[in-house]
Amino acid sequence: MAEAASHVMANRETGSTWVGRSIPRVEDSALLTGRGRFIDDLGVRPGTLQAAMLRSPHAHADIVSIDLSAAKQAPGVVAVLAGEDIKALTSSLVVGVKAPVECWPIAIGRVRYVGEPVAMVVATDRYLAEDAVDLIEVRYEARPAAVDPLAALSPGAPVLHDGFPGNVASDRTFRYGDPEQAFASAAHRISIDVRYPRNSCTPIETYGVVAEYDPGEDAYDVLANFQGPFSIHAVLSRALKVPGNRLRLRTPPDSGGSFGVKQGIFPYIVLIAAAARAAGRPVKWIEDRLEHLTASVSATNRAITLTAAVAEDGRILALDWDQVEDCGAHLRAPEPATLYRMHGNLNGAYDIRHLAVRNRVVVTNKTPTGLNRGFGGPQVYFALERLVQRIAVQLGLDPLDVITRNLVPADAFPYRTASGALLDSGNYQEAMRRGVDEGALAELKARRDAARAQGRLYGIGYTAVVEPSVSNMGYITTVLTPAERRKAGPKNGAQATATVAIDPVGSVTVHVASVPQGQGHRTVLSQVVADVFGLKPAEIRVNTEIDTAKDAWSIASGNYASRFAPAVAGTARLAAERIAERLARIAASQLNTEIEDIAFSGGNVGSKRNPDNKLAFSRVAGLSHWSPAALPDGVGQTIRETVFWSPPELTAPDEEDHINSSLCHGFIFDFCGVEIDRTTLQTRIDRYVTMHDCGTILHPAMVDGQIRGGFAQAVGAALYEEYAYAADGSFLTGTFADYLLPTTAEIPDPVILHMETPSPFTPLGSKGVGEGNCMSTPVCIANAVADALVAKDLELPLMPAKLAQLVRGIEPAPQAGHAPEGIKESNGDRRLRGEGEAIVAAPAQQVWDMLLDPATLQAVIPGCHNVERLSDTHFRADVTIGIGPVKGQYRADVKLSDLDPPHAVTLGGAAEGTLGFGSGEGRITLVPHENGGTTIRYVYEAAIGGKVASIGGRLLDGAARVIIGQFFAALARKAGGGAADQPAPSFLARIRRWFGGRS
Amino acid sequence: MKPAAFDYVRAEHLDEALDVLNREGSDARIIAGGQSLMPMLNMRLAKPRTLIDIMRLPELSRIERKAGTVTVGAGVRQASLLDWPELGQSLRLAAMALPWTGHAQTRSRGTVCGSIAHADPSAELPLVLRALGGEVHLCSARARRRVAAKDFFAGMMATTRADEEMIEAVSFPADQRLCAFREVARRHGDFAIVACAAVATTDGVRLAVGGVADMPTARDFPRLDGSALDDALNAFAYELDARDDVHATARYRRDLVRMIGRDLVREVLQ
Repeated sequence: MAEAASHVMANRETGSTWVGRSIPRVEDSALLTGRGRFIDDLGVRPGTLQAAMLRSPHAHADIVSIDLSAAKQAPGVVAVLAGEDIKALTSSLVVGVKAPVECWPIAIGRVRYVGEPVAMVVATDRYLAEDAVDLIEVRYEARPAAVDPLAALSPGAPVLHDGFPGNVASDRTFRYGDPEQAFASAAHRISIDVRYPRNSCTPIETYGVVAEYDPGEDAYDVLANFQGPFSIHAVLSRALKVPGNRLRLRTPPDSGGSFGVKQGIFPYIVLIAAAARAAGRPVKWIEDRLEHLTASVSATNRAITLTAAVAEDGRILALDWDQVEDCGAHLRAPEPATLYRMHGNLNGAYDIRHLAVRNRVVVTNKTPTGLNRGFGGPQVYFALERLVQRIAVQLGLDPLDVITRNLVPADAFPYRTASGALLDSGNYQEAMRRGVDEGALAELKARRDAARAQGRLYGIGYTAVVEPSVSNMGYITTVLTPAERRKAGPKNGAQATATVAIDPVGSVTVHVASVPQGQGHRTVLSQVVADVFGLKPAEIRVNTEIDTAKDAWSIASGNYASRFAPAVAGTARLAAERIAERLARIAASQLNTEIEDIAFSGGNVGSKRNPDNKLAFSRVAGLSHWSPAALPDGVGQTIRETVFWSPPELTAPDEEDHINSSLCHGFIFDFCGVEIDRTTLQTRIDRYVTMHDCGTILHPAMVDGQIRGGFAQAVGAALYEEYAYAADGSFLTGTFADYLLPTTAEIPDPVILHMETPSPFTPLGSKGVGEGNCMSTPVCIANAVADALVAKDLELPLMPAKLAQLVRGIEPAPQAGHAPEGIKESNGDRRLRGEGEAIVAAPAQQVWDMLLDPATLQAVIPGCHNVERLSDTHFRADVTIGIGPVKGQYRADVKLSDLDPPHAVTLGGAAEGTLGFGSGEGRITLVPHENGGTTIRYVYEAAIGGKVASIGGRLLDGAARVIIGQFFAALARKAGGGAADQPAPSFLARIRRWFGGRS
Repeated sequence: MKPAAFDYVRAEHLDEALDVLNREGSDARIIAGGQSLMPMLNMRLAKPRTLIDIMRLPELSRIERKAGTVTVGAGVRQASLLDWPELGQSLRLAAMALPWTGHAQTRSRGTVCGSIAHADPSAELPLVLRALGGEVHLCSARARRRVAAKDFFAGMMATTRADEEMIEAVSFPADQRLCAFREVARRHGDFAIVACAAVATTDGVRLAVGGVADMPTARDFPRLDGSALDDALNAFAYELDARDDVHATARYRRDLVRMIGRDLVREVLQ
């Protein structure tokens, strides 16, 4: 092995290695010519069925009944499955904390988030499957929802799972060093409360699964664009009730982005596999965009109170973290990993010896969370780096000085953090110096000063961030107590695998279990292995598909935690070197020289001293196939070598909860200038500088690509993106018209700077670089906005309307006579309120009788037909409600209450249909006139949820108002008058058409 | 996201389209560029029994300037109007607003009349039609009629078009009046949070606002400045009855109407 390694080193010295060069990506010609092979491009076996899901419109509701009969009779339908059917075929998904809760991939008896699968139709095509989904009748009884993580903790909050009392899935405290003493003796105690919002990295390709069940072998075969970690394979086989060797999990050749998100596909693998078993045929499911945004997976939102003990000069002596992590409706594997991924790094880039930590994990009525690029980093750094900015402001210091004074000293590496991480290498001070200098901070400050002199809103923000990579598979067990861990057995490591194989004509194939989604792993591996064998990258063929039935893999396999360059690429080199060492022995024997004299170069294996004494690589490499007897004694085969590598530094958490949560730690120093428009309060990034030290760079263009991609997603998180929920748990951002991704027009070109401090712990000296800007950039932009607006409390995304609340004073009052009645600020409560009145010619008693008459109700409720009278004051009806081209069928339940004849009545109703649900209540008051007429006054309150709220939120209030207006207009017409709250003429016209002669 | 089954009629003659519309009424929808309707079909928000495709009717694909009026047929795509060489001279306000209508990709499919028929309260083209005082040309199997923009838009995605009618064309008065346009959206091409158009009138300025009320709303102001203008704009801002949504608050919308309104009014009155 030493020979090959020294050969690589020699090449590197002469600058002739492939590693370190931005060679063209082998992946690109297929991707750029439409020849990528994504899951939906691949053929399926004849007879494969398609699945579609019925999903919950409610955030929290009991399922009273499900009627599948009409769907089962629909054309093309082969199977329809609801929760109990899935339950009969599978077992609960494992939950990462010790608690008596179950976690099913489909609702069983109760729905806990909007979009939760309720039933599944399997049919001959997707159109027919969706037709049948519309025929499933579900009756729900709504429960109050717990949406906000802190509110979910309060006494009396709706409880999601009995096994999580008070919605708390985990509550652990940690203490490192002597934080009490540090706080007691510090000059200042500075604190910040932050909320990190829900967002996601939204890959362009959604989830896809094709599953098949073989009853003869009781085995599943699944193709899915799953991304790992393959520890989930164990979760899946357990849920499907088969041993691991009877669940074959394969990945397609290409996957269109993941950023962690495609880890969250695994509950759907269980569903589709179970459906294939029930249907007796292969079943395919491709998630659509509405499903993806609503219910695939999300990063966690988190509420953090972070307090620092600070010396007069800005030195941070201790930190007190109080984190409340919102994992959504179910604690799905590997959660609560988002909270613990950063556990060894709660000090950030700083030398802080004393830590107090309280970590609570709560469940709420939102989509369950999972992996997402940055994974825990954005949440932690938003709190920590906002706090550092606050410390600077509060103590009157330059933020850059506060950062510099607290950095881990350059001579302290490897540095053990208070909570147990081992920072491998770095020189943070040098990186900052270079960043300030090469990034031209002085010039940026001059721009700020000039802008401010003109009265413009301009600010500069900074962040210093440690970017962890190569996760310790044991960090998640820090959520368990030491006693629980002892019972469960140790978990740790970061097993990477790579196989290098040589075929009979001596060509080289590499296989890794890295499951890329566009990153270019195949290119980098061809560089790494080409260097070992003295070949060209084009001569190396790399396969990154996974087949758990045939390939080398382990629990850490997959693409996450920025592990490719530090772990997988290095392991491939180790595998190549093992074969190269044997090839060197064969060549030495054939060339009559010693092993130390052998070099791999230019497609040959030859003598260093006598370059003419050489053999073609292919000839040496093929010998093991053609003439094993000709190999020197004891060399062994050179056909295939698989290496499993796990770094010894990644040990399990110790008895004091110290955890080296990641192997590598890159460093990032960012600063930016932003300008905020005084009218629109939109934030424009004027200049963004990002300085990275990710150890040895294998492919500079790909590293810059990772930085640009992470930066773009971080700009989204900072300024645009949020999975928004209403107070009732309705999901409000189900399309890309409401979940706003920044486009090229919104993303500035960052200035990218590098330095390279190799990691001593990885074979190639590389560290991860994939997630850093997702951690550093959102808070850097927020710090700049804080500087520009002199604002303290900022919430992401930095929406102009939210900034307006911070900087704008009292609004000019409406002048008398000009304001419409009843302007109400909704304060995030999305219930629609309104009032109005209508004057009619009929006397009050006649209007009263009309209100209690089902025939009248049928005539005045828009689109109402089939009124069923359950009692004098309780009716059920089918209604068709339409706004423009949008039309939905609803089953409505209408009740009259608080009757005060003939003066007042409350009209309450709830409607449920394929487009969602609505409920409302209106108090109607009748005031008789002296001339015999009546004034009908009404005050109403309504709420709408489900699909229409997710995709049409922008228009929802207006639409609801239109429909309510239609109702009262029709009522007034029926009573012989016109509504004063005049609905538009079209509605009167339409109502006339609808009701014809009846009105 | 697969549409429910529907019949598809590709009209070869306008009469054929109108006959089908007459027969099917509200169960039929005209499809032109499909940039609003197709997503609604795919999400099953709309489940029309019949789609009538009018894009193969050459008589609908014309842009004509006659006697001070620019008439745009129902088959004219937004990109075609934007590319029309006379646009800058004849319809300056449309030239300013069209680049804000969706994106190049959606403009290459979406039609001018389709946007007006859809009557999204945030859309630019209905706002331009309203600001300029244009007309909508409706036709049915039985009759043709013209409706002024102010009488056409009736609410959230609602118009006074009868179910058996389709828009044959829209017409804008062509002139050289001073005008101004400004839009605020989260990202360029998004639905407007507030879109404002101002057009000079004989004795002042007309300010039209989209994205706030249920439909584009216009108000004629005399020549005002200073606090009188601020008061008038403040009153107008409140009358639009702004609402909160996931992208902006009602207050923020009113602020923009006041501030952008003032800028545009001054710009046009100068």
